[in-house]
Amino acid sequence: MLQLYNVTKIYPNSIPALLDVSLRIQRGEFVFLVGPSGAGKTTLTKLILREELPTRGQILFNGKSITRLRPSEVPYLRRRIGVIFQDFRLLPNKTAYENVAFALEVTGASRREIRRAVPAVLARVGLADRAHLFPAQLSGGEQQRVCVARAIVNNPLLLIADEPTGNLDPENSWQLMRLFEEINRGGTTILMATHAWDIVDQMKKRVVALSHGRIVRDEQEGAYGYGA
Amino acid sequence: MALRPGTVLYHLREAGLSIIRNGWLALASTGVVTVALLIFGGSLLFVLNTHHVIGDIESKVEISVFLKSNVSPRDVEALGTRLQQRPEVAEVRFISKEEALQIVKQDLGDKADLLAGMEKDNPLPDTYRVRTHRADQVAALAAEVATWPGVEQVRYGQEVVERLLAVTRWARLVGVGAMFFLAGAAVFLIATTIRLSVYARRREISIMKMLGATNWFVRSPFLLEGVILGLTGGLVAVGLTMAGYFPLVSVLESALPFFRLVSERQVLLPVFGGLVLFGLILGTLGSFISVHRFLKV
Repeated sequence: MLQLYNVTKIYPNSIPALLDVSLRIQRGEFVFLVGPSGAGKTTLTKLILREELPTRGQILFNGKSITRLRPSEVPYLRRRIGVIFQDFRLLPNKTAYENVAFALEVTGASRREIRRAVPAVLARVGLADRAHLFPAQLSGGEQQRVCVARAIVNNPLLLIADEPTGNLDPENSWQLMRLFEEINRGGTTILMATHAWDIVDQMKKRVVALSHGRIVRDEQEGAYGYGA
Repeated sequence: MALRPGTVLYHLREAGLSIIRNGWLALASTGVVTVALLIFGGSLLFVLNTHHVIGDIESKVEISVFLKSNVSPRDVEALGTRLQQRPEVAEVRFISKEEALQIVKQDLGDKADLLAGMEKDNPLPDTYRVRTHRADQVAALAAEVATWPGVEQVRYGQEVVERLLAVTRWARLVGVGAMFFLAGAAVFLIATTIRLSVYARRREISIMKMLGATNWFVRSPFLLEGVILGLTGGLVAVGLTMAGYFPLVSVLESALPFFRLVSERQVLLPVFGGLVLFGLILGTLGSFISVHRFLKV
């Protein structure tokens, strides 16, 4: 479903962020992307979301080239990919409900669709009773679950999470991982960049390790590994 | 992008919030739009009215030959004959001082009593009104007749017409010049306002893009904000122009009954509509510039 062919990304006046990366992710997979800061994890997610274009190489998503998309087609790519960040990126002046509804509003969904989908997805992440609170009134773990709800409300093919547990305590982190597993069982492919070696080690999923812009390891049921 | 009522409402609400957040700057840009359009509207109405007057005068271009008061009736008649014999003259009409007074009285209508008592000591001269076959013969004939004995003064509409045309040329130049300058300032201010709005909401914009909002969806509230600013400026300008113009029309009507300002609706409506449209264009232009420069989506 997601294929990278010899992808290289070089920012101006900088060493290559990604160098000749080839990667194949099947539909329904759960993939950890590990490696030290600056290894190229965030660059990879930016390329998939087409916030950046690769310097060289080709990226296919669902059989279609991302690099050859016209600018007007980019929004429709992003509607099929849910994104979760370490710093949540919720709108502070909107309630949990409104933040999730916003994802549907920007796609031009009708009010009826919104009224049907938002409560359902909030219940799915366990926030049915917190729907009308603002982000500041929610705990970190709850805020991140609002983000998950926002990311999956459009039923994306792929869920990208960039260090989603970075600001969470261990208990909330594990709660989030159980939620991810459940979403993954529902058929959504998950690509999660992380530093959390304990999570990676216990989840026993596919692990792709990046170092200095190259893939140095790609194992099924892998571990975070040492020195990677 | 489908234009659902919910989406339109969303954009309107966002634009409104932005305007409130920008407060003073929004007020300033609307104010400059208003001033620019006031000047534009004012000079437009001025030019419109002068042309109205010119048309009035041109429709009766004739030479008025005012005679000296000491000319004998025989000489008056001789002058008339001499005028009639000129080949370029089409028509000569004699208006005695008594008739002239009657005409003035009629022009004044119900204010004719202003002239009460003037019959005894009529200050108006005997006059010949002369029409030529062609308009371009007026100036030469007038110059010649002025040198004839017994002629006090020669007047013809052309003089007034030329002077009025000179005035309108200047009014048009100054009005259009000031309008362009202020329109530029208005566009710049609106662009700055929108730029601030974009900056204030850059976080929201990045989230919208992440969620797959189309470019037009992201841009609409900002474009709408500029449109609202420009439209408001235009409507305020029209309101002020109307509040100033219509009282002027009625004041002039009672003070100078023979000088009538343009007040027909079918003439004024396009002027006022044009002002609103112009404000709209200024606002759209300003927000377009900012959205395209500062909202790379």
